[in-house]
Amino acid sequence: MVTNAATFGRSGVHDYILIRVTAVILTLYTFYLLGFFAFNEVNYLSWTSFFSGMFTKIFTLLALLSMLIHAWIGLWQVLTDYVKPVGLRLACQFGLMLIAFVYLAAGLSIIWG
Amino acid sequence: MKVNFSVYRYNPETDTKPYMKAYQLDVPEGSDMMVLDALILLKEQDPSIAFRRSCREGVCGSDGINMNGKNGLACITPLSDLLGKGDIVIRPLPGLPVIRDLVVDMAQFYENYARIKPYLINDGLPPARENLQSPEEREQLDGMYECILCACCSTSCPSFWWNPDKFVGPAGLLAAYRWLADSRDTATDERLAELDDAFSVFRCHGIMNCVSVCPKGLNPTKAIGHIKSMLIKRAV
Repeated sequence: MVTNAATFGRSGVHDYILIRVTAVILTLYTFYLLGFFAFNEVNYLSWTSFFSGMFTKIFTLLALLSMLIHAWIGLWQVLTDYVKPVGLRLACQFGLMLIAFVYLAAGLSIIWG
Repeated sequence: MKVNFSVYRYNPETDTKPYMKAYQLDVPEGSDMMVLDALILLKEQDPSIAFRRSCREGVCGSDGINMNGKNGLACITPLSDLLGKGDIVIRPLPGLPVIRDLVVDMAQFYENYARIKPYLINDGLPPARENLQSPEEREQLDGMYECILCACCSTSCPSFWWNPDKFVGPAGLLAAYRWLADSRDTATDERLAELDDAFSVFRCHGIMNCVSVCPKGLNPTKAIGHIKSMLIKRAV
């Protein structure tokens, strides 16, 4: 058993399930957005009315949360592979997770604000 | 036919760093030989070349090396497989410390093998006679017990290169599943509990380098998939 506290999930299984579930959500959200672009004329009016719908708002929130979790686990895996000095690795992880959190907060404020 | 070789050389007692040395071998036209035979002939030219070999028929797993960028056993890789692409480049297995020339330190590899407890654990009373299995139960072990621990798979795996002390590696995990799948073993849950973290099994991302190099044609990625399924079923 190898212990590590820097990843998101409680165990390897937890990480494995979370990263896959969030990947599915992000894929569905991508198709949802592509569907909007494919079947609508994109202008300010259609864009604001698309994002004023409750379904789109909740789906976007879900996608942003999924992005945070997916990035946390995935980037932690990449960093533990390629960045060996612990201090540098934790600093990189903190910086990247901060950016992911800023995306989430900015998205929240844009959609619900 | 003149065949050119470029062989990785490093003697820590005399060299400051590793270097590639060129050799040439006269291979009779129309003949074929194994890479190990060629290495033995090269050793006649230059007795200082060090490499491991024993059974010379793909059973002992001693002569795992990297040939033209791909791991394999020198004794069962024909020279003709490597011709026509310039010099034949011979290197030690990647990812393990080099002791000398093509000889690597396998300690980490064996530690990972020891970590998965590669032996039968059975808490029950010893049976009066043999511990019998049905043919179906025995069939579960096919494709796993054949592993000869040559380390070709683990040393071709980037996850093993980057975290050899944490990720068990394909060879160790193939052996782990061999005991998880054994109907006579009663320590399934304890074994799985040891593998439940984010490194030991789950650092495998299924790129299948292990499958492409295994000289015995085994499929560690499939075994790792089975372990992942067992871990998920146990956890949810």
